[in-house]
Amino acid sequence: MTIAVTGLNAIDSPGPGVAVIRGLLEAESFSCRIIGLSYESLEPGIYMRDLVSKTYSIPYPSSGMDALMERLQYIHQQEKPDLIIPNFDSELYSFIKLAPRLKKMGIHTFLPTLAQFEERHKVNLPAFGEKYGLSVPRSKAVYTANETLSLDREYGWPLVVKGKYYDASLAYNHEQVKAHFNRISAKWGLPIIIQEFVHGTEYNVTGLGDGEGGVVAAVPMRKQYITDKGKAWGGISIDDKKALALNAQFVRETKWRGPYELELMKDKSGNYFLLEINPRIPAWIYLAVGVGQNIPEALARLAMGWPTDPFTHYEVGKMFVRYSWDMIVDLAAFEQISTKGEL
Amino acid sequence: MTTKKRYERPVIKRLESNMPAKFGGRSNFEAVTHIENIAVGELISRFGSPLFVISEKRIRKLYKQARQAFETRYPRVQFAWSYKTNYLSAVCNVYHQEGSWAEVVSGFEYDKAISNGVEGSKIIFNGPDKTEEDLKKAITNQSLIHIDHLEELYMLQEIARSTRQRPKVAIRVNMDTGVYPMWDRFGFNYENGQAWDALNKIMYSGNMDLMGLHTHIGTFMLSPSAYAVAASKLAQLARMVQQKYDHEIKYIDMGGGFASRNTLKGAYLPGQDTNPHFDDFAEAISSALINSDYRPKTPPLLILETGRALIDDAAWLLGTVIANKRLSDGKRTTIVDFGVNVLFTSFWYDHRISPAQPFTAYTEDTVMYGPLCMNIDVIRENVSMPLLNKGDYVVVHSVGAYNMTQWMQFITLRPKVIMIDTEGNPHVIRQNEVLANLSSMEQIPPHLATFEL
Amino acid sequence: MKIKKNIAVSENGFIFNPSSGESFSANPSGLEILNLLRQGHDKESILNHMGENYQTDSQTLERDLTDFIETARQYHLFEHEDE
Repeated sequence: MTIAVTGLNAIDSPGPGVAVIRGLLEAESFSCRIIGLSYESLEPGIYMRDLVSKTYSIPYPSSGMDALMERLQYIHQQEKPDLIIPNFDSELYSFIKLAPRLKKMGIHTFLPTLAQFEERHKVNLPAFGEKYGLSVPRSKAVYTANETLSLDREYGWPLVVKGKYYDASLAYNHEQVKAHFNRISAKWGLPIIIQEFVHGTEYNVTGLGDGEGGVVAAVPMRKQYITDKGKAWGGISIDDKKALALNAQFVRETKWRGPYELELMKDKSGNYFLLEINPRIPAWIYLAVGVGQNIPEALARLAMGWPTDPFTHYEVGKMFVRYSWDMIVDLAAFEQISTKGEL
Repeated sequence: MTTKKRYERPVIKRLESNMPAKFGGRSNFEAVTHIENIAVGELISRFGSPLFVISEKRIRKLYKQARQAFETRYPRVQFAWSYKTNYLSAVCNVYHQEGSWAEVVSGFEYDKAISNGVEGSKIIFNGPDKTEEDLKKAITNQSLIHIDHLEELYMLQEIARSTRQRPKVAIRVNMDTGVYPMWDRFGFNYENGQAWDALNKIMYSGNMDLMGLHTHIGTFMLSPSAYAVAASKLAQLARMVQQKYDHEIKYIDMGGGFASRNTLKGAYLPGQDTNPHFDDFAEAISSALINSDYRPKTPPLLILETGRALIDDAAWLLGTVIANKRLSDGKRTTIVDFGVNVLFTSFWYDHRISPAQPFTAYTEDTVMYGPLCMNIDVIRENVSMPLLNKGDYVVVHSVGAYNMTQWMQFITLRPKVIMIDTEGNPHVIRQNEVLANLSSMEQIPPHLATFEL
Repeated sequence: MKIKKNIAVSENGFIFNPSSGESFSANPSGLEILNLLRQGHDKESILNHMGENYQTDSQTLERDLTDFIETARQYHLFEHEDE
C-alpha cells in the first residue's frame, strides 16, 4: 500500500511526519511505500531516502483548497496513494473538507469531523470544557491588544499568549503581552488567546479515537526535558490512571475520530486541567510505537476500513530521547526539490 | 522567421530555506482571461480601465441559492435588497425583479427605492437618521419603519397624533450573541431591558402598528451560530409581546452581515474555503425560530437584508499595470491604475487578484500600490504574483459590495460600471465621471473668476 | 560584466555560487540572459537577442534587463564588482 505523509520537518521544533513514517514502516500487519508531502525544500524527511520513496512539494494551506486539490490530483496520477496522513494543524481544515473528494479518487483518510475540529479550537476551549465536563483553564479570545489589559486582574500573572494554530508564550507584564500579541498575530492571524497560567506538571496523552466513542489507543507521557522552543526532547511513558480516565472521557463524550494529543496540566492538588487538544499525531508518537501501541499502523487500518482491535496494554517506564542527525545531501537533490518540486 | 516567444520579465531570486518552492505557488494563480465569456482585454478596450464588471447571471444565481437555502428550511421568507451595499439602479432592479423588497437607511436611499418603482409598503426603513420629513413620507407610504432610538419613537408618536395616521413599525434590537465586537450602538438592547421597554411604549401608545422585530448583529459574520442566538432572542421577545398583549408579530427581520467569499485581513486560510455558506446561516436561523417557544397562528415572515453575500461575488474590478518598481530595500512593487479610492474594500480584505493573461510558474512577492499620490494607497501589502509587465491586465475578485457606494471621487475620477446581461451582452450601467460632472456642482464667486499668473 | 566562472547554472535555472554557498533560481528568460552573459555578450547584444526572440518593446527590455543585472550584481554573481 502507498501512504502519503506530511510534516517531514524533523527539526528542533519537529513535525510528526518522520516518526509517523517509522511507525508505518514497522507495521506488522501490512507493508507500505511512503510518499512524502513537503512545504519547504529543507524539510529533513525529504532527504531520508530509506524512509521516504519520493517527495512532492505541496502548496501552503494559505493558498487555499483548490491549489491543494490540484496538486494532490497530480500526485495521485503519479503515485496512486491509498491513504494520506496530514500532520499539521494548519492543513487539517483543507484535508477534512477535501476528504470526500479524496475518497472518490481512492485516497483514504481518518480525520476528525469538521465539527470536532472546530469545537476543540483553542478559541472555543472554555465552551468545550463546559460542554463535555472537562476542566480547562480560563481563557479569552481577543482581537486587539487593548482587550488584554484587564485580564491580568482576573487570571493573575503570568498570562499565556497563544496563537490560533501554533505558538504560545508566557508574558509577565502588559508590555510582553503586547509584544507577543503582535508577533503571533502577524504570523497566525486573529484572534489571539489569552489563557490563565496553571502552575503544575505537564502531561501529554496521545491516542486514537474510533469515531464512535471508543479508545483504540492511548499512551500518557511526561516530558523530561523541554527545549527552549517548548518541545519535549525526552519523555517517559507513565501509568497515570487519572490521565487515562480523562482521556477516555474525552473520546467517549466527543466521539473523537482520528488521532489526537491532549496536553494536560496537573496542579499541586492533583487536579487535571485540559490545556489543549491537538487534532493530530504528536511529534513524539514513536514512543507510543515503542511501548507497544503502533498508532500510525492502527490509524492506517481504520482509514482503510480494516478491522482494528483496540490496544489494551503498553510498557510503562520507557523513554524516548530525541537526537539530531546530520545527513549528507547532494546539492542536486536540493535543486530537484526546489526547482521541480519532486525528489 | 520564427514566431517570437511571449515575454516574461527576467527574474533571479535567492533560494531561502523558508521559501516555498515556486511550483508550490503555481496553482495559486489561474489566468482569468474572460468574464462571462468576454475577453478582459476586449472589455477594457471598449469601456476603459479600470472598470467594474457585474454579472447579472451571477447575481440571479446567488440570489436563487440564498432563497433556496432559506425557503427549504422555513415556510415564509422575504429578502429585502440592502441599498447601501450597492444602489446602482440596474443592480437594485435585478433584485426587485427576483422579488426582493428594498431596505434603505437614509432619506436619499428611500427616494431612490421609490424612484426605482418599489411600492412604499415594500420598503424597510432602517438607520439612526430619519428626519421628520422622511418619517412622514414613510408613514404615508405605509413603509416599515425600524425604530433605532427613543427620540425616533417619540417623534413617530407625535406624527401619528398630529396626522392621524398609524405608522407601521418594528424596533431594532441589539444583543450579545457571543461575537466580537458587539454591535450595541444601533437599536435597543435586549439584555438590559431597553428593547422590552420600547415594545411596551409602542403597544401602550395605541397609535402605532407593531409589525416586526429587527436585528443586525454584525458585519462579515463567520459564525452562523451567532444568528441562532439572535433569532432565539427575537423569538423570545415576540413571545413576551404575544403573552402580554395578545398581539402577533408579523415578521422577524434578521438583517444581514453574511460573509462573502472574500478573505479578511489577518485570516490565515482563504475566505473562499472557510467562510460559511447561505445554507449554514439558513440552518442556524431557521432551526432557532422553529425550535423557539413562540407559537403564533401564522409563523412570522422571516426577512433577510443580506447584501454583501449576494452581490460581492458577482462583480470584478478590471485594471491595468502602470509600472513595476523596486523599493530601496529591493522589495518589488507593482503600481496598478485603481486605488483605494475606487477599491475601498482593500482596507478590509486581502482581495484575490488574478492576472488576465497567461504566465509561467514564476512568482515574486509584491506590494501592489494604487495610482494615488498618497501613502495609504495600498491594494495588497504582500501578494505573491506572477511577473506582470506594464500594460498587463489584472482582475480583482469579489468587489460587488460597498465599493460602488463607498468609493470616492478623490484624485482620480470614478470609472464606468458595466453589467453583462444573462445573454452575455455588456451594458454601461454607470458612466465614468468627467470633469464637467464635478464642475457643474461648483460655483465660483465673481471676484475669484479670473486671475493672472 | 561577466558571470563568475565557478558559478554553476543548471538547465532548470538553478544557480549555485560555490564561493558563497548561496543558491538562486531564475525563470526561463532570466536563465537565457545568464547564459548570454556567461558567453560574454554585452548588454547591447543581449538586448538585440532578446528583442529578436520575444514579443516586447525595447524600452521594457532595457528597463527589465537593467533591473535583472542590478539584482544579479547585488547577489555577487559577477566577476568584477565594479563592472
